[in-house]
Amino acid sequence: MDASLIGAPPRRPSAARRLLPYLLSLPALLVCIGILVPFFTAVYYSLQRFRLSQPWNRGMNWGENYLAFFSDPGFWNTLEVSLVYTGLTVGIELVLGLSIALLLQRRTRLNNAISILLLLPLMTAPALAALMWKLMTNPNFGIFSYFATVLGFEDFRWGSSPDSALFTVVLVDVWVYTPFMMILLLAGLRSLPQQPFEAAALDGVPRLVQFWRITLPMLTPHILTATLFRMLESIQQFDIIYAMTQGGPGDTLMVFQVEAYLDFFQSTNVGRSAALLLILWAITFFLSNVFIKNWLRLRERAGGEA
Amino acid sequence: MYDKEKDLIDAFLRGQMDRRALLRGLGALGVTASTAGVLLNSAATRAMAADFDWQRHAGTGVKLLLNKHPYTDAMVANLDSFKELTGMEVEYDVFPEDVYFDKVTAALSSRSSEYDAFMTGAYMTWTYGPAGWITDLNEWIGDPDKTNPAYAWDDMLEGVKASCAWNGRPGGELGSPDAKQWCIPWGYEQNNLSYNAEMLERIGAEPPRTMAELVEVAAKATKDLDGVYGIGVRGSRSWATIHPGFLSGYANFGEKDLNVGGDGRLSAAMATDGSKAFHRQWVEMIRNSGAADWSSHTWYQVGTDLGAGKSAMIYDADILGYFMNGGGNAMAGKLAYAPFAPNPGTEAPTPNIWIWSLSMSEFSRNKDAAWYFLQWASGPEHGLFGARQMDFVNPVRKSVWADEMFRERIASNYPGYVDMHDVSAPGASIKFTAQPLFFDLTTEWASSLQKMVAGEVGVDEGLDQLAASVDRQLKDAGLG
Repeated sequence: MDASLIGAPPRRPSAARRLLPYLLSLPALLVCIGILVPFFTAVYYSLQRFRLSQPWNRGMNWGENYLAFFSDPGFWNTLEVSLVYTGLTVGIELVLGLSIALLLQRRTRLNNAISILLLLPLMTAPALAALMWKLMTNPNFGIFSYFATVLGFEDFRWGSSPDSALFTVVLVDVWVYTPFMMILLLAGLRSLPQQPFEAAALDGVPRLVQFWRITLPMLTPHILTATLFRMLESIQQFDIIYAMTQGGPGDTLMVFQVEAYLDFFQSTNVGRSAALLLILWAITFFLSNVFIKNWLRLRERAGGEA
Repeated sequence: MYDKEKDLIDAFLRGQMDRRALLRGLGALGVTASTAGVLLNSAATRAMAADFDWQRHAGTGVKLLLNKHPYTDAMVANLDSFKELTGMEVEYDVFPEDVYFDKVTAALSSRSSEYDAFMTGAYMTWTYGPAGWITDLNEWIGDPDKTNPAYAWDDMLEGVKASCAWNGRPGGELGSPDAKQWCIPWGYEQNNLSYNAEMLERIGAEPPRTMAELVEVAAKATKDLDGVYGIGVRGSRSWATIHPGFLSGYANFGEKDLNVGGDGRLSAAMATDGSKAFHRQWVEMIRNSGAADWSSHTWYQVGTDLGAGKSAMIYDADILGYFMNGGGNAMAGKLAYAPFAPNPGTEAPTPNIWIWSLSMSEFSRNKDAAWYFLQWASGPEHGLFGARQMDFVNPVRKSVWADEMFRERIASNYPGYVDMHDVSAPGASIKFTAQPLFFDLTTEWASSLQKMVAGEVGVDEGLDQLAASVDRQLKDAGLG
């Protein structure tokens, strides 16, 4: 060390250097503002009696919009439909996605080609996929209506009947999003360490037992991640349902996003629309927390075991 | 233009010569009918410019928000006349109807000054007007300094004109003396019967004249014609399901959507015995003779099914039947039209109407210039141009409906259309009660209808539930 520097006062960093941390965090700050401003605006609107067509009636009602939901059967129907839709789509897509991923687990050229081909539905915009399915299920000329008739389901009305509307939109969702589950789980499967499987094979452990006792526990963090992503998207479903039935027939498919959209753009009821969306946010926040906590717990356990 | 042709057209515009004589004269000079139309339009533009300072806003411009529609096509085809007449520039954005009204709501609710004027329906002005997004056009219509003396506001069909004016009081009568003119009618649709004449002949049926006959003929068509259903009506979960044939028939039986009390309070009127009887008949008709996917049918499916020969009749906008009788539609030339009064106790139809109208944005920075565009686009000359040379049907002006060239063109290609219009026009108006919850209540009505058709709820019970819900919403909004 240079002796002349000993005891010298530390050199003041230049202005640019002092500003650097703030400059580096500026993008994050801007993004944060971009998210928080609309969020708190929505909170503010949700606490108001605010209908664009009745500006003279606008005023704070301090949570009346939320209280009104308790006595509104339409809201409970929306909650139920949203949760059922989410449960069904995520559940089916998980089982199908995992099954396909297991089939494609071995790295062969054929499996790689198939996994790429299976991704094609995911590249279709969901609204377009819904319109495509709407045509394919048209009772006059739809190919699926024809198959339904051949299979003995005369006059099967797909999205037009309350009995089959949920089945129809779930089918479209599964078609679009199963590849998403498949690709995440396939990546997870292929990243698993091989030693436990080799040891189990040497010990003659049956494949099914290997799956339940080794594959599934080791894959659980990936399953949780994939399920969380899909669940968040599914509970906020809009395009498939709106494009196919606009939430009908009746209120059969009236999920949160469709109802909030109609409340705003058709009824211009900003207060109710904002309150609905904040409840949806609260549900997704709660579910995300549950999933993330479990995911962290599993990771810690995996770290401890290692 | 050659002097002889010019003299002939000027004489026609002065009323010194009828249309036949004009065409004969032009024909003798070697001018074809289509060229005659162009010459006439050009001469009309010159005549318009004679008595009014159309150039006052020369050098400025307006921007329009438009829906993709034949009315828009007709306007765009004639836009050079406006530019030549006024020296103004016109910009426009055109969106398909699926997203159009969302664009309008977004532009207006954000108080954007991007658009000076836009297309709208009269029902929408029940939201836009009270919200303070659009301008009361009475100020311009009544100002002789800003409005061409030849604009002829009284030439507009009465019921149509009145339907675009509301005083803003929930339940207030449309077209009342204190009403504000929120929009200018541009083109309109009556809801009547369009039918496939060949199919009805094949099953040996006459065009139905009452609701009972409609149910019967629709059922017979479904039964006797392979792969065809009897009656096309809208069924999607939208307010648009209620306003066409459904409300026209409903109103013809004297039924209403809402009661307006002496104190101005509103209450549901759809749980009466008469309403229940009508709903029962309607629901049965759809179950027996409607499209299998009725609950997803918008105007588009209703129209295209008729044009493709999938349905025998529609009870919907007359212009749907008009457009399906031309172009590349499989059934082109086979469709016919009939005025429809479902209630045997009434003399004439009372169709509810949809009016494509023009409104001025309250946030426009150039309202006077915007009014110049509005009065030109809704004026008699453009109306005549569109009716004669484009598909600008139905015109909203009496003078256009009286035009021989237009009537002959329609009568020769669209059998029964002119008669249907003439019989129905006196009773044609908006049958809804004007109030700000229009879209909430009619959408819920459509949803209830879907439940009734699906058998999820009985008609009587469904209407009682609907009425209770409507009353609750009216009360919550301070209207009931």
